[in-house]
Amino acid sequence: MDSVASLQLVIPEIVLSLAGLALLLVAAWAGDKASRAISVAACVALGAAFFLVAPSVCAGAAGPDTSAFFGQFRADAFAGFAKLMIFAASGAVLVIAPTYFERLGAMRAEFPVLVLFAALGMSVMVSATDLMTLYIGLELNSLSAYVLAAFLRSDSRSAEAGLKYFVLGALASGILLFGMSLTYGFAGTTSFAGIRASLDGGLSMGALFGLVFVLAGLAFKISAVPFHMWTPDVYEGAPTPVTAFFASAPKVAALALTARVSLDAFGTEVDAWRQIVIFAALASIVVGALGAIGQSNIKRLLAYSSINNVGFILIGLACATQAGASAMLVYLAIYVAMTIGSFVAVLMLKDENGAPLEAISDLAGLSRTRPALAWALMALMFSLAGIPPLFGFWGKFVVFQAAVEADLIVLAAIGIAASVIGAFYYIKIVKVMFFDEPAGTAHGKSDWAHWVLLAICAAAVSPLGYLLNQVLGSLADGAAATLFLTA
Amino acid sequence: MIGIEHYVVVSSILFVLGVLGIFLNRKNVIVILMAIELILLAVNINLVAFSAFLGDLTGQIFAMFVLTVAAGEAAIGLAILVIYFRGRGTIAVDSVDHLKG
Repeated sequence: MDSVASLQLVIPEIVLSLAGLALLLVAAWAGDKASRAISVAACVALGAAFFLVAPSVCAGAAGPDTSAFFGQFRADAFAGFAKLMIFAASGAVLVIAPTYFERLGAMRAEFPVLVLFAALGMSVMVSATDLMTLYIGLELNSLSAYVLAAFLRSDSRSAEAGLKYFVLGALASGILLFGMSLTYGFAGTTSFAGIRASLDGGLSMGALFGLVFVLAGLAFKISAVPFHMWTPDVYEGAPTPVTAFFASAPKVAALALTARVSLDAFGTEVDAWRQIVIFAALASIVVGALGAIGQSNIKRLLAYSSINNVGFILIGLACATQAGASAMLVYLAIYVAMTIGSFVAVLMLKDENGAPLEAISDLAGLSRTRPALAWALMALMFSLAGIPPLFGFWGKFVVFQAAVEADLIVLAAIGIAASVIGAFYYIKIVKVMFFDEPAGTAHGKSDWAHWVLLAICAAAVSPLGYLLNQVLGSLADGAAATLFLTA
Repeated sequence: MIGIEHYVVVSSILFVLGVLGIFLNRKNVIVILMAIELILLAVNINLVAFSAFLGDLTGQIFAMFVLTVAAGEAAIGLAILVIYFRGRGTIAVDSVDHLKG
């Protein structure tokens, strides 16, 4: 594999990094008044990267031809599928962010640049086939994310969210890195293929410690229980568009990365990590469902909802089969649409002065004051709950189907039971919107970009989503198959 | 004779000290930043020791990356801390509780 071929495989990343650097210069010279233009340019760059990645996903790119830079990086269909979701979610965040920040007088030209670099980091993460590439991608994403969380510099809640995210994120990186150093020491190599080959004969004590530390660090990044405690605080404190970003793109990247590390690098040691993943999955589902019940802030509630959803996605990983990986990808795609839609709806909740509303009590009687918004939010909530006619049900269905096929029937049964508990608080929101007396606070108008995004997300999760089923399923199957080629 | 085990033991002790420094520290956020550095340096000892032990340069290159990222991480951590201090006028760990959880 010569360097020209390698460079051709990373063209989407090159586009993103060059665009990020160029826009950073523009931001430095033109200042904050150019922030709208920079947002548009960043969206264009993400769109370009999206269409550069799309062919490899459709073609199901796999095998040694997709491996670049001496096995450091792999641009296969699995990575491509995750990248499509990452770029789409990042672009959506760039569309909704300017209105929010401009009202507060806090729209700064760095924002789109930071989102671009975070997207670049995530794109490297999902393509990593070496511990070093993994670490660099993860940190590029994390360092941008810490700054984004603290982006409202004058708001002390945002600064606190940034500080908490930084401390716990840095701790997670440290744990992950310690695990990687042990893995390197006991496997003798940092490449996933090499680790896989050297662990074939069985797991030594040191490598087992490495595996546990690596999974613990990754569990922090995907906010799986027991490493979820930062999530509600950070989601509540961070500016809402940034929360929408955290709940969507980095989750996709970290989950895809977890899947690749578990199924590729540690693919011969399924029994060693499966119990950890099963525990994390069940604990996330239960804690996410129970934790959300008492919440009065809708961003905190969506934080617990995301913890809950990560649990379902981890069930797909626990299967350690191709069907399980494919189910993960399908669930992730639906999850991204549901999450972005929910946060767009939250952003559209404003009082008459345009100040954002975040309390669940502000939703009261929304069906009478803003019926379109209430109906869209209802579709999203029912979809998150997994109520059958909506597309969210399909995500849960494929995950449980994969679990049953992999003989994890108890896991699937507990997951289904816990999803019923989870349905309680989603339905409570619908009840507050449709049957409570109007609180009379939600009045503001929303601009067309928000409506368009909300309509796309609501249509995707509505029964219309099943029209996409064929395409989504076959792309996810093709992407998941590339993960298992080495097996 | 100092073998690879000694290095791993030292780095494990440093790692545990760093983690405890984050969780047991009730005073000052700066101490947390120091604890994070300690964790990363523990990892570096591991990487370099394994690299020498295995006769493989990868670990040392990895250590270079870790050093670079650690510098960026410290810079961003301090920047966030400055913003935080401007808003609250304190960096005591106990003050980081406005977001309940």
